[in-house]
Amino acid sequence: MRIGVVTFPGSLDDRSALRAIELAGGVAVPLFHGTNDLKEVQAVILPGGFSYGDYLRCGAISRFSPIMESIILAAEHGFPVLGICNGFQILCESHLLPGALTRNADLHFICADQKVSIESTNTPWTRGYTKGQEIVIPIKNGEGSFQCSDETLKELEDEGRVVLRYVGKNPNGSRNLIAGISNKRGNVVGVMPHPEQAIENLTGPSEDGLMFFSSILKEMVSK
Amino acid sequence: MAIIVVEVMLKPEILDPQGQAVASALPRLGFTFANSVRQGKRFEIEVAGDPTAEQIAEVEKAAHTLLSNPVIENFVVKVEK
Amino acid sequence: MALDTVKHAEENPNTTQPYKELGLKDDEYESIKKILGRRPTSSELAMYSVMWSEHCSYKSSKIHLKQFGDKAVKSEALLVGIGENAGVVDVGQGYAVTFKIESHNHPSYIEPYQGAATGVGGIVRDILTMGARPIAVMDPLRFGDPENPDTRRVLPGIVSGIGGYGNCLGLPNIGGEIVFDDSYQGNPLVNALCIGVMKHSDIKLATAHGAGNLVVLFGAKTGGDGIGGVSVLASETFSESKPTKRPAVQVGDPFAEKVLIECSLEIFKEDLVVGIQDLGGAGLSCATSELASAGSGGMDIRLETVPLRDPSLSPEEILMSESQERMCAIVEPAKLKRFMQICKKWDVTATVIGEVTTGTRLNITFNGELIVDVPPRTVAHDGPVYNRPISKPKYLDSLKPVSVPLPATPDEIKAAVLKLMAAPNIADKSWVTNQYDRYVQGNTVLSQPEDSGVIRIDTATNLGVAISTDANARWSYLNPYEGAKLALLESCRNIATNGAKPLAVTNCLNFGSPEDPEVMWQFSETVRGLADACLELGLPVTGGNVSFYNQTGTVAILPTPVIGVLGVVQDVTKRTPMGIKPNQVIYVIGNVDDNFSGSEWAYIHGKQIGDHSPVANLDMEERLVKLLLEGQPIFEAAHDISNGGFAASISEMVMRTNVGATINLEGKVAAELLAETPGRVIVAINEASTNEIVALAGKYQIPVRCVGTTGGNYLTINGAAISIDELRDANTGVFEALFG
Repeated sequence: MRIGVVTFPGSLDDRSALRAIELAGGVAVPLFHGTNDLKEVQAVILPGGFSYGDYLRCGAISRFSPIMESIILAAEHGFPVLGICNGFQILCESHLLPGALTRNADLHFICADQKVSIESTNTPWTRGYTKGQEIVIPIKNGEGSFQCSDETLKELEDEGRVVLRYVGKNPNGSRNLIAGISNKRGNVVGVMPHPEQAIENLTGPSEDGLMFFSSILKEMVSK
Repeated sequence: MAIIVVEVMLKPEILDPQGQAVASALPRLGFTFANSVRQGKRFEIEVAGDPTAEQIAEVEKAAHTLLSNPVIENFVVKVEK
Repeated sequence: MALDTVKHAEENPNTTQPYKELGLKDDEYESIKKILGRRPTSSELAMYSVMWSEHCSYKSSKIHLKQFGDKAVKSEALLVGIGENAGVVDVGQGYAVTFKIESHNHPSYIEPYQGAATGVGGIVRDILTMGARPIAVMDPLRFGDPENPDTRRVLPGIVSGIGGYGNCLGLPNIGGEIVFDDSYQGNPLVNALCIGVMKHSDIKLATAHGAGNLVVLFGAKTGGDGIGGVSVLASETFSESKPTKRPAVQVGDPFAEKVLIECSLEIFKEDLVVGIQDLGGAGLSCATSELASAGSGGMDIRLETVPLRDPSLSPEEILMSESQERMCAIVEPAKLKRFMQICKKWDVTATVIGEVTTGTRLNITFNGELIVDVPPRTVAHDGPVYNRPISKPKYLDSLKPVSVPLPATPDEIKAAVLKLMAAPNIADKSWVTNQYDRYVQGNTVLSQPEDSGVIRIDTATNLGVAISTDANARWSYLNPYEGAKLALLESCRNIATNGAKPLAVTNCLNFGSPEDPEVMWQFSETVRGLADACLELGLPVTGGNVSFYNQTGTVAILPTPVIGVLGVVQDVTKRTPMGIKPNQVIYVIGNVDDNFSGSEWAYIHGKQIGDHSPVANLDMEERLVKLLLEGQPIFEAAHDISNGGFAASISEMVMRTNVGATINLEGKVAAELLAETPGRVIVAINEASTNEIVALAGKYQIPVRCVGTTGGNYLTINGAAISIDELRDANTGVFEALFG
C-alpha cells in the first residue's frame, strides 16, 4: 500500500508524514514537486510547512507545480488526497476544496495541543474513527482561519462535509470552528491540525493522529 | 515603459485582522482620523511601451488566477505612467 | 569616484581616510599601514575595520578566553573544539552533535523582528556549515522593565521574529528563558542557540586548501543589508541623542535559508566541498579571509562576479554587505558541475567568484583592477589584542543585605506563593512559547517549560540529546567568579534532572563596555570562573560568543554569562519530566540556607539584589548529577529548584499535569519556601521506592527529605491551601496582559 508525500520547496512536515505512514504499516513514497510522476501511489498527502515561504499567499505558488497537475487530475477521479495545514491551503488554492485559509484572528502564530472532534467518518482518511470522537492533535500555524461564503458554509454543513471541528475556544477565528473539510465526493480532505505529529506519546500530545494513516491503509486493503 | 498596477484587497465580508490591528494602533500614537482601516497588496508590473487592451486583459487574467484569491479577494487593475 | 586600487594607494599615500568613522582607532590604522607597507585601499580599510571590530576580532576578550584552551581537559568526546564555526562532540552510535550560542543584541534593539530573525538565521548557518542538519533552536532573552513602553515595542517583535524565522525553517524551539531586569532596558539580550546532528564522517571545516580549487558563493544575492552593521553597531554603545543607525540592520528570508539548508545537505552528502564557511558578520570580507587564513593562505577573488540584488553597490559595500542566507564553498574543479546541478535543482544562485592560489595573499580584483592585496591572517586572525585595564567595582563596597518579609502563617504563605507566581520573571511564558513550533521534525521529547530541551536523534535506538541554557545575572553581579560557576552548574543540573549526562559547554557572554575597567573585571572573573569549573568538571568548552558594549551611557547591563550545556540521553523514553501524578511521594534533594541575595523574592520587594552570592560547590553538584542519573528509574517526576525557589518549582509541577500536592516544610520555612540555594531538585517517587532513594542519598552523601504527597485539587503548604485554579489564575495571563 503505497502512499505518497509531496515535498515542495519549503515543506517541513513531509518527513513526519512519511514516518506516520510507515508506523501505520504502509509504504511511504517521497514525491517531488517538480515532476508530475505520482510513482504509482494509491493516495497522496500534501504536508505542512511554508512552501515557497508562503510568498504571495500560502500555497498560491505550490498549487501550480507539475505534481499538482497530476494530483488535481487524479483527485477528480476519486483518488484520495489529504492536505495537512499548508497542504490544506494548497488544496483550497487549487480549488479542490472550497473556501480559503486566512491569517489567524489574533495575528499570532499558534502552536498548541488542540482538542478537535471528528465530525465525519465518511472519508477514507477518517473512517477508522467514530463520529463525534474527540482527539488531541497539535495545531501550529499563522494562517489557519477558515473563511468561505455563507452559501459554501451552508453547503459544507448540510452535506456533512465538515470533517474536523475545534472543541472549546476558537484558536484562529475559523467560521463555525471548522478545522477540516472534504470535497463533495469525500476523497479530498484538508485539515489544519497535524495528525502526523500525534503518532506516538513520546513526542506528541497523544497517539490520536495515527488513525488518519491507518484508516487510509485499511481502506486500500479492502479495495 | 509603463507600470500596470494591480491592487488586491480582501472582500469586505472577510475578517481583516491586520487592518484591525493597524486601526487600533493609530489612536495609541495620537492619530484619531480613522474610522476603519483595511490592508491590501499592490503589485507594480513594469511593461515596455504603452500597454495595449490585450495586455491589460492578460494582466486581469493573471490577477484572477495568481495575484489574488477570488474566494476571498477582489482586485483592481490600473495603468500608471 | 575613481576606484581606489592598490596602485592608486601606492601612488597616493597621504589620502585622508575615514578610519575613525569606520570604528578604527589611530594605532590600529597605523598597524594596518605597517602590515601592508602602504596605506590601505578603501576596500582594504573596509575589510580591516569590520574584521578588527570587537564583534569579529574579540580583541578585548581574546586574552581571557585563552583560558578555555589552557585549562581545557582532554575530552575524547570533543571532535572539533574552539576556533571553528561551532564545536562538535561525539554522542555515541557514530553520531556527532554540533551546537553553539550567539548573540544578536544590538540589531534586535534597533529592529526587533529582523534583528531576532537574522540572529536565528546566523546561528543556524554556523551549524549547517559544520556539515550538520540543524535539529533544534533555543532562545534565552532578556528585557527591561515589563511595564516600560519600550519593552512593549521590543519584546513582541523579537518573539515574532524568532518564531517567524525558526518556524519557517522547520526547527523546533525547545527551550530558552525570558528574564526582566531594568539594566536591560536600553540593551535587550537576544541570544540564539542551535543544535545540529550528523555522522562523524560528515564533519566539514572552514579551510581553503588546494591551489586551483574554486571559491563558490551560493545562496541569496548580495544587497545593501547591514552595511557596516558589525563594526558600527556592536562595537559601540547606544547614545540617547544620536540618530538610530537604521540602514545597518540585515533583513532575513527564512525560505531562502530553508532551501539553502536542503541544497547544502545534498551537496555535503555527495562530498562535493573541500571547505565551507557561512557569511555572517562582515560578510564576504570575513568568509574569504577566514577560509584563506585557515587554508594554504592564497586566494584570488573577482568581486564583480558576485551576484547583486542592488547593482549600485560599490566594491567596499559588496565586501561589507551582511546580506543573509549566503555560504562560501571551496570546490574541486572536477566536482563543480555536480555542485551547480544541485544548486539548480533547489533554485539556489551559485557563482564561481575566485580560486585558491599557490601564493600567500588574498587578492581581490574588481573588473581586473587589484583593490585588495592582504595577508589573510592579518585580517581574520591576527587582529589587535587588547589587555584592557581591570578594576574591582566600587559597587561591591556598598551592597546592602536583603530585607524581605518571611511568611510563616498559612495566610502569609498563600499570599507569598500567589504573589511570586504572578511576578513577570516567574509567570507562565506560554504567550511567548506558543508562538514557536515545538513539534516540527517529530523528534521533540521535552520542551519548555521542562528543565531542558530533549531531542531524539535515532528513532531505532532512542538515543537523544538534552540541552539547557542558564544564567543568573544577579549572582554574577554580586560575584562574577561564582556566578559563572553557578550558571554552569544550573545548566548541568537541568539536563541531569531530565536524565542526561553533561558532555560539553557553549557560552554567550553578554557584558557592558570593555572600556570600563569595572566591566572588564566582571568579564575576566566570569571567564576565570567558567574555565576553572569546566576544568574541574571535565567539560570542554566547545565555543561560544562574546557580546560587549551592552550599555546605554554609563549604565551597563548586569554581567550576563549565558551557559549552555549539552548532554547525552541514552534512551529518551526513560526521560523524567516535571509533571506529577496522584499517589506519589515528594522529596527534596539537597539542603537550603537562608541566603535571599539574588532571589526573585528579594527582587519583587523593591528590586533588591542583596550582598553575597552563593558559593559554588562543584564536588556536591557532581555527586548530585550522578545521583539524578542513577535515580532515573525511580524518579517519576523531577524539577530543578532555581528562580522562585521551592514555591515556584512545586507550583510548576502541580500545574503541569493538574495534580495537587500536600507539602509540609520544617525548619526555616520562609527559606525552605522561597530561597534559591543552588544544588536542589524536587522529585516525585512511588512510595515503594523509599529504600532506593535513601540508599542513593547515602551513596552520594546528599541529604534527601520527604516533604509531602501528591493528589487532589490543591497545593497545600503548611496548611496554606491554594486551589490549582487560583494558582493558574495568578500565574497565567500575565504576559497576555502585558504584551498581548
